[in-house]
Amino acid sequence: MPGKLKAKIVAGRHLPVMDRASDLTDAFVEVKFGNTTFKTDVFPKSLNPQWNSEWFKFEVDDEDLQDEPLQVTVLDHDTYSANDAIGKVYIDIDPLLCTEAASVISGWFPIYDTIHGIRGEINVLVKVELFNDLNRFRQSSCGVKFFCTTSIPRCYRAAMVHGFVEELVVNEDPEYQWIDRIRTPRASNEARQRLISLMSGELQRKIGLKVLEMGGNAVVGYLQCFDLEGESGLVVRAIGTACTLDKLSSGSAPNTNTHTHPNTAPASNACNSPSKDGKEPVFGEDLLSSSGPPTPFRALPTSSSSPPPPFSPSKPCSRQSSSSDTDLSLTPKTEVSQSVRRRPGIFLCPSSPALSTCTLPLPGSGSVSCVKGSVLTATTPPPLSTIRSDSALLEKNLSFSEDLLLAAPGMGSGGSVGKEAGPLKTLLRQQTQTALEQREFPFFTLTSFPPGFLVHVGGVVSARSVKLLDRIHNPDEPETRDAWWEEIRQEIKSHAKALGCHAVVGYSESTSICEEVCILSASGTASILNPRFMREGCLDIGIADHRFEEPSPPSCGFCHIPYDELNMPFPAQLTYCYHCRRQKVPDVLFTTIDLPSEASVTGKGCLIQARLCRLKKKAQGEVNATAISNMLPFMEYELHTQLMNKLKLRSMNALFGLHIQISVGENMLLGLASATGVYLTALPAPGGIQIAGKTPGDLSNDHISTIQKRINDTIAKNKELYQINPPELNEELVGSPIPEPRHRSRLFRSHSESSDEVSELDLSHGKKDAFVLEIDDTDAVEDIHSLLIDAPPPSGFYSCNTEVMPGINTWTSGVQMFTSVRVFRLSNANLTNQGLNKIFTDLCENLLKSFYFKLRSMIPCCLCHLNFTVAVPEDELIQVAVTAVAMTFDKDQTQEKPAEKPITKGSGDTEEQLQFSMELCADSSLANSQPPSKISGVPESSNISSRAASVDYGSFADRCSTWLELLRLKAHTIRRGSVKTISSLERSSPLPDGRSRSLRSTRSFGGTSVTVVKMTPLSFLPGTRIIKYLGIINMFFIRETTSLREEGGVSGFLHSFIAEVFAMVRAHVAALGGNAVVSYSMKECVFMENPNKNQAQCLINVSGDAVICVRESDPEATPSMTNSAQSCSSETDTAT
Amino acid sequence: MAVELDVFVGNTTIMDEEVYKLWLDGYTVNDAVKVRMEGGVMEECEASADVLLSDTMDQYRTFQMCERLLHSPAKLANQLLFQITPHRQAVLIERYYAFDDAFVREVLGKKLSKGTKKDLDDISAKTSVTLKSCRRQFDNFKRVFKVVEELKGPLVENIRQHFLLSDKLGRDYAAIVFFANNRFETGKRKLQYLTFQDFAFCAGQLINNWTVGAVDHMVEDMDVDLDKEFLQELKELKILITDKDLLDQHKSLVCTALRGKTKAFNEMEANFKNLSRGLVNIAAKLTNTKDVRDFFIDLVEKFIEPCRSDRWTAADMRLYLTHYTNSAHILDTFKHQVVWDRYMGVIKSCIFKMYHD
Repeated sequence: MPGKLKAKIVAGRHLPVMDRASDLTDAFVEVKFGNTTFKTDVFPKSLNPQWNSEWFKFEVDDEDLQDEPLQVTVLDHDTYSANDAIGKVYIDIDPLLCTEAASVISGWFPIYDTIHGIRGEINVLVKVELFNDLNRFRQSSCGVKFFCTTSIPRCYRAAMVHGFVEELVVNEDPEYQWIDRIRTPRASNEARQRLISLMSGELQRKIGLKVLEMGGNAVVGYLQCFDLEGESGLVVRAIGTACTLDKLSSGSAPNTNTHTHPNTAPASNACNSPSKDGKEPVFGEDLLSSSGPPTPFRALPTSSSSPPPPFSPSKPCSRQSSSSDTDLSLTPKTEVSQSVRRRPGIFLCPSSPALSTCTLPLPGSGSVSCVKGSVLTATTPPPLSTIRSDSALLEKNLSFSEDLLLAAPGMGSGGSVGKEAGPLKTLLRQQTQTALEQREFPFFTLTSFPPGFLVHVGGVVSARSVKLLDRIHNPDEPETRDAWWEEIRQEIKSHAKALGCHAVVGYSESTSICEEVCILSASGTASILNPRFMREGCLDIGIADHRFEEPSPPSCGFCHIPYDELNMPFPAQLTYCYHCRRQKVPDVLFTTIDLPSEASVTGKGCLIQARLCRLKKKAQGEVNATAISNMLPFMEYELHTQLMNKLKLRSMNALFGLHIQISVGENMLLGLASATGVYLTALPAPGGIQIAGKTPGDLSNDHISTIQKRINDTIAKNKELYQINPPELNEELVGSPIPEPRHRSRLFRSHSESSDEVSELDLSHGKKDAFVLEIDDTDAVEDIHSLLIDAPPPSGFYSCNTEVMPGINTWTSGVQMFTSVRVFRLSNANLTNQGLNKIFTDLCENLLKSFYFKLRSMIPCCLCHLNFTVAVPEDELIQVAVTAVAMTFDKDQTQEKPAEKPITKGSGDTEEQLQFSMELCADSSLANSQPPSKISGVPESSNISSRAASVDYGSFADRCSTWLELLRLKAHTIRRGSVKTISSLERSSPLPDGRSRSLRSTRSFGGTSVTVVKMTPLSFLPGTRIIKYLGIINMFFIRETTSLREEGGVSGFLHSFIAEVFAMVRAHVAALGGNAVVSYSMKECVFMENPNKNQAQCLINVSGDAVICVRESDPEATPSMTNSAQSCSSETDTAT
Repeated sequence: MAVELDVFVGNTTIMDEEVYKLWLDGYTVNDAVKVRMEGGVMEECEASADVLLSDTMDQYRTFQMCERLLHSPAKLANQLLFQITPHRQAVLIERYYAFDDAFVREVLGKKLSKGTKKDLDDISAKTSVTLKSCRRQFDNFKRVFKVVEELKGPLVENIRQHFLLSDKLGRDYAAIVFFANNRFETGKRKLQYLTFQDFAFCAGQLINNWTVGAVDHMVEDMDVDLDKEFLQELKELKILITDKDLLDQHKSLVCTALRGKTKAFNEMEANFKNLSRGLVNIAAKLTNTKDVRDFFIDLVEKFIEPCRSDRWTAADMRLYLTHYTNSAHILDTFKHQVVWDRYMGVIKSCIFKMYHD
């Protein structure tokens, strides 16, 4: 119950003129929290009122503190009529509830009105006094930290990763309540904003409770979404990963720094200095502390021999790509359609010939069973497995094809394991298995991990389900929605099992709603995690800062297949890893995560997109739902085919950050798959693409050979462009166990049948795999043309949808985050699928071209985290919204790897006492980097080998320790220094904290009182280091206009709205004392217009983490937050 | 099929200086796209016409949204809507308040009223500055005029502080305000050869020496209105031409000093009385508002033209005026030395500036 919220209204500025007669305004302010309202005096006749109010105090429940926003309303006093509202500010006070985050909110907030936009600014001060409630039955969860960032936040280390948390709350949408007919649009918008704000507060609180129950103190990778279901209600849902986070080195900034950015100047210096101490203190500590808490995950299978779960009902096989690809190849088509319709399902065809062929040639491979990467192989058409299309009426069918599946899984792995490791291993495996089973959903919303955390990656798993919405009858019991998601998650889980994996990482969920049809989607990357991390919680970001590390020795472990090769869940071509030559890898790997830091990559990466439009008949209810679910598998298949072709065309062999979005409209479905393609050194070189006529007579050979030539040229050009020149390996020399004699891959367009021909055809040239594109009709020609249409980015530009571009390490400080929205109207009623595809593709390509053009002054630069969202807001409209960040880099050094990465290695690999070292070394990254001669399975060997890797381990540790000491010392002095500054400041200014801070900031900007706030969708800002996380930013805005033309039409309207949203985010961050937003994303952008009525409405939901960051080169990281924030912002100021 | 909505918003507002110029110059979006295409941006980044159009529209929209803020530039610095670096802000403001010499020459000295605004299309046609740009420039003049009209303190400083302009631009605006306030005639054919910069220089001289502000620093309108007392005192100078002795004495002093130093000596000697009369008469008449307006035309007619027809060089002019001014000090009976210096100091520098082709 305890908490005192205090608010003070200081002043206003730039208020709008409310009284036309005097051209002035008589403004006063209402401050409301819960049901309590306070008012300031009226400050007459001014556009820049100085209220300087008393402290308004609210004594409230901490539950309310979490749920409710502080609501500040600015009004114009009118003696004779009702007071006119000028606008409002909603202030989320959650950041104040956490001791480590912000302590005061103070600053200028834009006064926002849903009809008029921003109308002036108001200066507000907010503080919270919280009394701790230790009641076990409390409903609040104050103090749990939330992060949007999908990696362990810098300046924290994860003592333990507890796992998946989810929650959803539902309510009636005020826009659809009866009262909406009689109230003004403003009132209705405000009701909606307020409700959503309340709901997300409640959601966050409930998730917090779950985290506390699990024993954690933070949620990382927090992803909150709204489903505007229209008539049937409003759903706010969230997922995240519960963790126990420790602030690094008790908050002393420099230390943090060293952890996070080992290659910063001080760090590297320190490392070079010789030292005597053998012990490396910090890490040691970490170990100790972390080992304490029991982890749920403890028994995870050790990497290598984890077999696919014995019972796995693996239905899905989504090999690479998400979704639903079932393996059609073996099954007759008819079956597919049938099954899809009836039961969403998955078709796994375990016994397919393809499988067996693959495995046959590999002798001895069995030993390695654990390894495996992912997936997608080209051989057979991708499986369309996962779509689960039960519309509401369909019953669930989780259980469905067990029998079928059972045949496949299971046994093979057992056998292989036995071979290798013997009984001990098996035992361990079993234990792990059980532990896993205990966990309802072993899902992780994180997308990047410390080195060694990911043992193997199996491939993308995804599931979709089509549902019919009906009214939510009882908001307090959101069971239907819960059940829907539960189903999907179960399916994902079983898909992962089918891939021999016990966990899903990079997990996310989304929906697409059109009228009463809703497609629920979930996807992630099946993988095997290192139990060591789960148990000891060494997800230490400090050790693990990947991004800037050189992957040396580049590890390839995560590429190795996790499933049993005798029993592959889908046909794939396996070869021995090109890096370690010891384990099997697939020919292609698709994942939803970021490229692991330790991965070794050849050349650069690039954005790869597959785009697809499918027309659909208009229909209602179940018919509609069924129609949609019937189409989904085909769309997934086609998207997958496109991805595959484009990947080959770029001569790459892996996709990271894969995100497939399928949006539903009245008369069409849109599919957009984005990913970053790279050439993983460990995977085999992709073969070329070969064009073949369906029958010799079909098309003239000339034609085919022209196309073939164009394709070959493009591949050659791309190789050069992305600097892909893998070393030519002579396989015999390397002594690889075997690359199989010959792979053939064949890509089928969805129309072409004849999967059974696969084995007979040998179209490959030389030893390389070849991808065969069949031209059997004009559609095929079109497709191939469209394949070639994607223009590479102009020189000086790179693009990717992952956090950073593989192959670029030298980021400079130029950062430009942007949001772009385009809506395209299809005027032609008789469009074909082909025509639509072309339009959609052009739309996306043109958007990219626009970005390159606009950002040309930043060259050389890379567009990172390109996040495309597509929607079909109306019949003939296609909407594409993109948020991304352009970052400059130093061209000269792109080839070089950063010089040092001090600690990573030692701490990550060697320092820990590995209980499972034997198993680990069998397949883990450690072992992989070693020459094949090492014998895995012997504990000593693992130690030795890792030592060898870091050359002189002892002295290395010494160096670290001195260097740490040094830093501590420094931190100490700095801390003292800062205390001094603070006190002097306090003395000099009688104003309360916040005030003085803003004054200071004014000074530092030489007249400008606006703090520069940088925004980025990434988890970091290049050239800076984050010294404090201030809390999550999660804001929802509605803007409406009844004078669309006057505001510059739809573009003018949306342009100013987006600018306003940015402004409000920046203002809130600045008020928290921050100077940047990381992991920023625009979750929702719903735009509706009615040009005839001159009206438009738009809803935007954004989120991110407010942080304070300082320039990396700043040796003195002052713990005094405000100071450093200021100095940093003034610097960045000039930089931008 | 068409792109119905197309926006691009950066966290740091992206502004292309070239497009900004086109916007300020009043180009339509389509014309701007044409100009840009000819300028060769497209090759720079493999862009297509569509891309260019989309970019241009975005930028135009951004500028329009910023325009409101540019009207009171101080707001630009502490508004929250656009994140613009201070350097960029300064550029935006400076460019927005920049004007075309051709245009300003047309409105210089005119009343900044609705009436003048109606004539802008003629001016636009005459100067080939687009009407849109004419309006912006005219509105800028008017806005600055209105703001500083009622402020105390030095004119240039006031303008610079309120509009965050550079020193140079601040001075130019001061000149424009000063001319508009005193309604100096600048449009006559005989004055056509003078550039805005000539006038701006003269305005600076007048503001610094002849206004109330030249003596008292905290008066309202101090820099905008001429010092009435001073103008009254100028009448006393008439003695230089009405007293025949004085006139002759003055002439002989000047001629003695000039003899042998210039080729135009004969013309100077012959014209001395005329020229002197001209200058002193101008001084004596300045109490009349009407004659203040004609100040520049009088200078040209009464002094510059006669000299020019006698082919004086600029050096001749300098020489002559210097001695003309200094000789007056030697005249025993001439008691108005201070007023004479205050008057002739400005006249000298104005004429130096104005004496060209």
